[in-house]
Amino acid sequence: MTTTPDLLTRAAQWADGGKKVAIATVVGTWGSSPRPVGSQLIVNEDSEFEGSVSGGCIEGAVVTEALDIMETGTPKLLEFGVSDAMAWEVGLACGGEVKVFVERLEA
Amino acid sequence: MKRALLETLNAARAEKKRTALITRLDNGDQALLVDGEIAGGGLIAPADVLDAAEAALTADKGRTVDAGDGHAYFVQIFNPPLRLFCIGAVHIAQALAPMAALAGYAVTVIDPRGAWATPERFPDVAVDERWPDEALEALAPDRRTAVCALTHDPKLDDPALVRALRSDAFYVGALGSKKTHAARVERLGESGLAPEEIERIAAPIGLDIGAVSPAEIAISVMAQITLALRGAKGR
Repeated sequence: MTTTPDLLTRAAQWADGGKKVAIATVVGTWGSSPRPVGSQLIVNEDSEFEGSVSGGCIEGAVVTEALDIMETGTPKLLEFGVSDAMAWEVGLACGGEVKVFVERLEA
Repeated sequence: MKRALLETLNAARAEKKRTALITRLDNGDQALLVDGEIAGGGLIAPADVLDAAEAALTADKGRTVDAGDGHAYFVQIFNPPLRLFCIGAVHIAQALAPMAALAGYAVTVIDPRGAWATPERFPDVAVDERWPDEALEALAPDRRTAVCALTHDPKLDDPALVRALRSDAFYVGALGSKKTHAARVERLGESGLAPEEIERIAAPIGLDIGAVSPAEIAISVMAQITLALRGAKGR
């Protein structure tokens, strides 16, 4: 599987630069989902993000949650289904579900 | 994730260690598993989760585990990349290199003979024109590396095999008949390798599927490498 190895290095660099950082990881998928388990998205306090946890349909929601989790420090397990994610990419809209764990990078 | 844990994780990845990050999903507690040892994090992971982490690493696929303690844990795996080093830019290597690339291996063909290792014969494949032992010394085979000696020429194959057998390479295979291999075993013994080191060589190379053509031999080699990597399912 692809673990996007450079993302975690980038997350460390952001933290070195004094930014708050959150890490989102796909921990479960059901049905068709665009990105496999283990896929990651990193977000910093300026809403910059790299990586992906879907084909682009839930990234916005994950970034919003990540910004919140950066402040509270409480990790969250987010669940997205077709109804939440409005529009899966064409050809993938056949009942996909994805669980995404979002955590803050602690000092 | 704690910053110190991320540093340990990134260092382990850089060193191409077999690494898994275990996260308890209801509170974010984590443990880092590096080469089978707990290397960081405050989580005391239950035994069934540690077993699942090892299985996930072997399967090369992360997973969520519903543990016996009633909590769900996620295992994120960080396996080093798979690599295949082919000694000899020979006909079989021309078939094996693209097959291995399809199977997810970064392939390097090693052959100091310029006429063999040409880009025309090996499009899109990394070619290393150093002597095999020198090249392997530099490329440092690890436990996610397979090495195939394919030249039929002891001057090239033997030094490569000596280097490969002393590495963590999960697979070392050598082309040649039983007779050729018997002579090779004798030579390698004289070069100071222990019998149990020499026994690691898969020879004659490849699973016995009656392969004849270079492509068929490449299939049998790729199958044998896959078996060494994944283990049989015992069906």
